[in-house]
Amino acid sequence: MQVLLRRLRSELFATPADGALSVALITLLSLGAFGFLRWALTQAQWAVVKVNSTLFAVGRYPIEQQWRLWLLTALLVAASGATWGLLRAHPRPDRTGVLWPSNDRLALALLALIALAVPFALGLSLAIQSRWWGLLLLLALCRWLAGRYGANLSPTGRRLAALVWPLLYLGGMVLISGGLGLVGVPPSEWGGLLLTLLASSFAILLCFPIGVLLALGRRSELPLLRWGSVLYIEFIRGAPLITLLFLGQNILGFLLPGGLAPERVWRAAWVLTFFAAAYLAEAVRSGLAAVPRGQLEAARSLGLSYPKALQHVVLPQALRVALPAMVGQFISLLQDTTLLSLIGLLELLGTARTVMANPAFLGRNGEVYLTLAVLFWGCCAALGLGSRALERRLDPHAVPSAT
Amino acid sequence: MSQPSSELMIEARAVEKWYPNGFQALRGASLTVRRGEVVVIMGPSGSGKSTFIRTLNALEDFQKGSITVDGIVLSNDLRNIDAIRREVGMVFQQFNLFPHLSVLDNLTLAPVLVRKRPKAEVEKQARALLERVGIAEQAGKYPGQLSGGQQQRVAIARALCMEPRILLFDEPTSALDPEMVREVLEVMQDLAADDITMVVVTHEVKFARHVAHRVVLMADGEVVEEAEPEVFFTNPSHERTRRFLDQIL
Repeated sequence: MQVLLRRLRSELFATPADGALSVALITLLSLGAFGFLRWALTQAQWAVVKVNSTLFAVGRYPIEQQWRLWLLTALLVAASGATWGLLRAHPRPDRTGVLWPSNDRLALALLALIALAVPFALGLSLAIQSRWWGLLLLLALCRWLAGRYGANLSPTGRRLAALVWPLLYLGGMVLISGGLGLVGVPPSEWGGLLLTLLASSFAILLCFPIGVLLALGRRSELPLLRWGSVLYIEFIRGAPLITLLFLGQNILGFLLPGGLAPERVWRAAWVLTFFAAAYLAEAVRSGLAAVPRGQLEAARSLGLSYPKALQHVVLPQALRVALPAMVGQFISLLQDTTLLSLIGLLELLGTARTVMANPAFLGRNGEVYLTLAVLFWGCCAALGLGSRALERRLDPHAVPSAT
Repeated sequence: MSQPSSELMIEARAVEKWYPNGFQALRGASLTVRRGEVVVIMGPSGSGKSTFIRTLNALEDFQKGSITVDGIVLSNDLRNIDAIRREVGMVFQQFNLFPHLSVLDNLTLAPVLVRKRPKAEVEKQARALLERVGIAEQAGKYPGQLSGGQQQRVAIARALCMEPRILLFDEPTSALDPEMVREVLEVMQDLAADDITMVVVTHEVKFARHVAHRVVLMADGEVVEEAEPEVFFTNPSHERTRRFLDQIL
């Protein structure tokens, strides 16, 4: 208690001016918090979110097919838990890892709180609530198992385990859209968070290789390749995304022969991909510029061919440097998906707008927008946390044995 | 010190190089190095000595003259360049270790990727090499966690792991703090006793005197003087060499 008081004193009230500033800020913050809580607890009517929670989550995805999404979620949760545990079981060779660092326990506790509280607050049926508890248990179980027994996995085994993710992505696409004996669900019936995550993950995954190639092209010594890359990057960066989205809806149909023109959702996803690739290329280029020339020379003098030198020496370093900028790009890409609502797709914002247009929920915009903001914030925070963890793991200058 | 054989390992004839901006860095530099020989190249800064040894493994191109390394003619043919680079190891002033790989992986990367040798076997050899340069216990660390002298010794071990027949050193001790110069020179002296061919650009007079078979002075893009160390340092035949020695001794 004494320690706490002394710390408060030194951090908030060290000098009279500090004290005055602290008091002013505390007053301001508590007024804000009070006002917000009063609105949230007394004035806001959360029925609009409770009633439409399924709509926000998956849009008009047919109810009798929604088990596929549950299955996909369960698979994703299991893979996440297993990956999390494996990463803890295999710390970097120069560090000593802890199997259950306090951050991990905190994260799991937080996730447990969310899995218990949110479905309850949304007033979901007990059957659905119990599914979320099941998912939580699955996560904890996979995390525990992978942490406990993961250390026995051989390097080849670990490489194979990483393959689970691309397989899961492809499998997930089949689960969502149908095929291989499953009833087809056309993209026009996808919506809400499902569509937002689908479009952004598609764009993030594909813009990465395209962006790296563009960045390499821009630094190439072949004039045609260099000027082609420059032209592409500068053109895309010079045009607002929304015009490109409209352009994509209108001209992709003309450019490609009849049956080949992708469906509206996919057209938009491709436009997002090509748009993000141009920005990503610039982030990667800054990373490439940060790798000293001597690295390539050393690799070449050891007999590595140019592609191998790029793959094993230059790119790993360049991408690590570019990682924060790239993740920033991914985060803004995730938020840019809201523009899809303007071309008539029902992703999160589009769904929200149809809900708000419903006369039954007239004037409940605040509740809806706040929900949206929290959902987006959650996704972006997850991306940011993941990238910082990756940065720490890849940082060659980090102190040894720090976890 | 082992005696060099009569077999020619490097033969550079009247090499001329211009940079795109018109500056001529090499004006007819010639040098022959026999197998097992240790040749030290000295010279004032800007004399083209670094450029010259960088042409020997095609890190720099040249416009006139000819270079033959281990019987392979250095031309624009990419296959020839790769073949030469497999035979010629290089140690840089700035070490140029790969910072994202552990010390052990720095050594094993090229033998596994280029020579397609089994990883386990290369690792065994790499550990032996680290032992030889005196840093076996650092195998798991990353280059950024080592001192400059240790890094340069790793760089030497990395070049050796490709089992080259020729080692080029481009001012290997110039970026080191004074107290670390000796540990690197000792490793190089130890190597010189083997039959590996070494071309060393350095300002280390003691090393040149005691380890080199021949010392070469470069000035203004050409080889001015070539002599055994004793003669080079005590009785050089060229005025340019005498002026250079006056400045450094």
